[in-house]
Amino acid sequence: MMVRDGPSTSSAPPHHERRKEESVCPEGRLRSREAASRRRVSKDIPTRRDEDFRYADLAALAPLWPVEPERFVLEAEEEAGLAIIHTGADPVVREIELDLAAGAKFALHLLNAGSAYGRFVIKAQLGAGAEFHLGAAQLGSAGQVLEVVSEVTHAAPDAISRQVVRSVAGGKATVNYLGKVLVKPGADGTDGEQSVRSMLLTRTATANNRPELEIHADDVKCAHGCAVGELDANALFYMAQRGLPPEEAKKLMLQAFVAEAFVGAADGDALLEQATAALEAIL
Amino acid sequence: MTMLQISNLHATVADKPILKGLSLMINAGEVHAIMGPNGAGKSTLGYTLGGRPGYEVTDGSVTFAGQDLLALEPHERAAAGLFLGFQYPVEIPGVSFVQFLRESLNAQRKSRGEKPLSGGEFLKLAREKAALLRMDIEMLKRPVNLGFSGGEKKRAEMVQMGILDPKLAILDETDSGLDIDALRIVGEGINAVMRKPDKAVLLITHYQRLLDYVKPDFVHVLAGGRIVRTGGPELALELEERGYEAVAA
Ligand SMILES: Nc1ncnc2c1ncn2[C@@H]1O[C@H](COP(=O)(O)OP(=O)(O)OP(=O)(O)O)[C@@H](O)[C@H]1O
Ligand SMILES: [Mg+2]
Repeated sequence: MMVRDGPSTSSAPPHHERRKEESVCPEGRLRSREAASRRRVSKDIPTRRDEDFRYADLAALAPLWPVEPERFVLEAEEEAGLAIIHTGADPVVREIELDLAAGAKFALHLLNAGSAYGRFVIKAQLGAGAEFHLGAAQLGSAGQVLEVVSEVTHAAPDAISRQVVRSVAGGKATVNYLGKVLVKPGADGTDGEQSVRSMLLTRTATANNRPELEIHADDVKCAHGCAVGELDANALFYMAQRGLPPEEAKKLMLQAFVAEAFVGAADGDALLEQATAALEAIL
Repeated sequence: MTMLQISNLHATVADKPILKGLSLMINAGEVHAIMGPNGAGKSTLGYTLGGRPGYEVTDGSVTFAGQDLLALEPHERAAAGLFLGFQYPVEIPGVSFVQFLRESLNAQRKSRGEKPLSGGEFLKLAREKAALLRMDIEMLKRPVNLGFSGGEKKRAEMVQMGILDPKLAILDETDSGLDIDALRIVGEGINAVMRKPDKAVLLITHYQRLLDYVKPDFVHVLAGGRIVRTGGPELALELEERGYEAVAA
């Protein structure tokens, strides 16, 4: 299923569309529950002292607070996916809660490329042998803050989580990833991976990446990689020497960079197309 | 017709003077070879002509096909017909050769007021040039130079030269890393693409072996940032026999 945020953004539960050709998203069995009834978030607006809001745009957050989580519950062996494309001009703050029972699989793909504050909080609870995949790309070039905050809890043995986050920041943009993988006691055989890379296009752009691990089980395989870099100057000259103007060369390289977040996505083409349009606006 | 005229070129890298008054003239239809000791400034010459950031011209002038080369951006120099075969070709993850070269060629064509090639037209051209260098076209569907062996990278440089069809090719140690058969194939490829009355080649090399296939009209010795000696093809043989110190001193 694909969720598109228009300019009038909201935190409404995503609209589900049935798709014939896809086995990834049997939405008929996927429930999105009204979250209001189980809201447990405080009504107090967070401050910088709250670790998860350390780099947030609190002024943009205030009018959208509190945020009602959108909750997805997958039963045993269920498979589903969600693609969120946000390219609007209004601030957006969303919180997605995922509860995966044993053997369930969920793939979440996100393009966070609005021109104002964009905050996506993802909380996933994984049952035995469940699989969660997050592929997120963030693209900003104004002064906006774009962030992914994730908390993946391996609550039972042998679950797999993979997070791939690729962020590009130009202008005075700030791109953040605050991601915690929590492996609970008894969740032996956990396999968790966080691959986080940011590309800064200007000296005034900022990236904050904080992959975190908290492990209370045995035989756990957790890997995290995290890097902040700039476009490879050697590659840019090489491409220019073949006749490619700098903006085109940068676009090709950034497309490839961002595409890493959408590998295997059911809506990969649409995501990449929108990401490319967003890149063109940046360059 | 004069293709390239370099006069009294001075250039620095990281504020360090490397080229110190280099002059060289290349006419259309000619093949020149530059030889010289390690660190002499041969690659620096290529990069400076290509316009690589960080290579600063502090004095002198360069005219290429009637234009002030140094006034052009790197991609404009390429579109004007300058090709640089890299001593160390760069790997670009996630970007395929086919996409990269098609966009590069079309950018060049656009700046010359020519129509862009369609995907099909480009593939036909790429296939033809790959075949000339005996390279499997499938390799061009891979990311640029990624995982290519040293020799494959050099061969891919020549395929790119064939596709882009430049006026002047500066080939920086294209022969290093090539096996015996590949050396012959590359040599023949250079002749096929560049041995034409309206084109010229500047070969940077340490060895005679490539010059057996691509016969130079002139051989220059670059040492200490300048051309210190110029001769005919026999100079390369003399250098090989007696070394730089004896010949260029
Ligand atoms: N970034 C840099 N900072 C300082 N010195 C540099 C830099 N790049 C190149 N040089 C120096 O410039 C000089 C010329 O280098 P260049 O690569 O042009 O030599 P070359 O003639 O191509 O040598 P080789 O035959 O080994 O390829 C060398 O002394 C090198 O160390
Ligand atoms: Mg060199």
